Amino acid sequence: MARTRYAPDRGLTVRMTVTMFLLGLVFVAFVVGIILILTAVHASGAAIVLFALVFGGGSAIASLFFSDKIALAAAGARVVTPQEAPELHGVVDRLCALANMDKPRVAIAPTRMPNAFATGRNSKNSVLCVTEGLIDPRPGGLELTKEELEGVLAHELSHVAHKDVQVMTVASLLAIVAALLVRFAFYSELFGGGRRSNDQNAIPVILIILVVSAVVYAVSFLLIRLLSRYRELAADRSGALLTGQPSALASALVKVSNSMSRIPTQDLRAAEAMNAFYFAPAMKLNGQGGPSLSAVFSTHPSLERRLEELAKIQKQLGQVSPK
Amino acid sequence: MGFLDTLFGRTKPVQPKLDDLFALPSAAITLQAASGFVPTGSGSVCFRAVEGKTFSDIQDEVRQLLDMDAGKPGGGLPVEVSRDSYGFTWLVSSHMSDEVEALVTDLHAVNSALVDNGFGPQLLCTLVAFRDAEERRLALVYLYKRGTFYPFAPLNGERRDNALELQMKGVLGDDLKIEQDLTKWFPVWGAPGL
Repeated sequence: MARTRYAPDRGLTVRMTVTMFLLGLVFVAFVVGIILILTAVHASGAAIVLFALVFGGGSAIASLFFSDKIALAAAGARVVTPQEAPELHGVVDRLCALANMDKPRVAIAPTRMPNAFATGRNSKNSVLCVTEGLIDPRPGGLELTKEELEGVLAHELSHVAHKDVQVMTVASLLAIVAALLVRFAFYSELFGGGRRSNDQNAIPVILIILVVSAVVYAVSFLLIRLLSRYRELAADRSGALLTGQPSALASALVKVSNSMSRIPTQDLRAAEAMNAFYFAPAMKLNGQGGPSLSAVFSTHPSLERRLEELAKIQKQLGQVSPK
Repeated sequence: MGFLDTLFGRTKPVQPKLDDLFALPSAAITLQAASGFVPTGSGSVCFRAVEGKTFSDIQDEVRQLLDMDAGKPGGGLPVEVSRDSYGFTWLVSSHMSDEVEALVTDLHAVNSALVDNGFGPQLLCTLVAFRDAEERRLALVYLYKRGTFYPFAPLNGERRDNALELQMKGVLGDDLKIEQDLTKWFPVWGAPGL
């Protein structure tokens, strides 16, 4: 066994395990709760639950299958050939050879906002997309160096290697089903109220399902955001280890985050829906909640946190004798 | 990557495969006999340098080690170090045309120095240059992470002679592990020593 400088980050693994365990726990509690409610009242709401499960599951599978096409269309991006963007392809080629992974398709989105994302259900169907703002060499633009661009792309390729789209889709499944149940329960309450007035049990059942689903949705939403932040840290880590240049990734993060806050809000609102995919969040939650609340809802860890983690990796790589 | 690694979002850096590189000397003979391509005697190792002094110290040590034999019979020329526009470092070792084995030994010294110091995952590829009588250029590129070779034949102006490359794939198929996935045959334009 060759010696290695690349020790896994156990703390991150433990935190991710706990998050996923809690998510699983909420899922089990949710299923058990629904079953208990339905058996207690002789299954009058079963159709709604079944419908939500099928519909939610179906939409999750569909979004997984078409994630690359949906994301490219939403960003207005175009897949480019090596002839069209030789330098970009050159960087991706080298990173993929270093990491021994399949090369994803490479796309460019015509957006001034500097950012990048990667999506796709598996490594063969992945697409790596950068915005024009990220690779624009014009003065006054972002002016990322080759090393910094490489760092950003390594981070995105790590998302592909970690199968983050699949993991997050599975993790979101519960929230999708719960959200659908809230909606269905609400509508059936609204429109079915008159018909069911003869049935003593029907209205409370729907109400209970509504409340339980809403709570489950809220809790799983927070857990998913937490998981998303851990996945970002994991991608930072793998990306920095792949290139061996944690500082370049750190300075790219600072540049991209700074330029993001300078861009007019209109542009950012349009990008908000894509937030979870991006290298850096396009829009920060601000205002009422204060910093602590926005940290809980955010898809990305704070810049400070990410820089701190990268500094640790830098130290690790600089050790004179490996373990 | 295992299920747990996916679940926890961690990638184990890929260790290089070094052994298949030693198939090069016999492949060079086959190549010369079948197609007239002769080794130029120069070859290079390409890796992604890690930031910080630890790595640059190791790089200097390797260089000194290889230069110890320079000038002696079979020792070749001093090693040249350069950085390409992608930030990758190339160590070029130059020997006589008929010293492919000594060249491979040099290249392997670089590999093992990096691997021994825990920097094996930084190795990208190794490249050995060939020429034929018409001065056509050909390189055999060894991908460390896959342990496979592919031919790279640059023409002027960032174009590749795909026909020649595929022909070489056929010629060398018995001697070398040729990379079967053509999407991995990435171009190394302007590689030093080519």
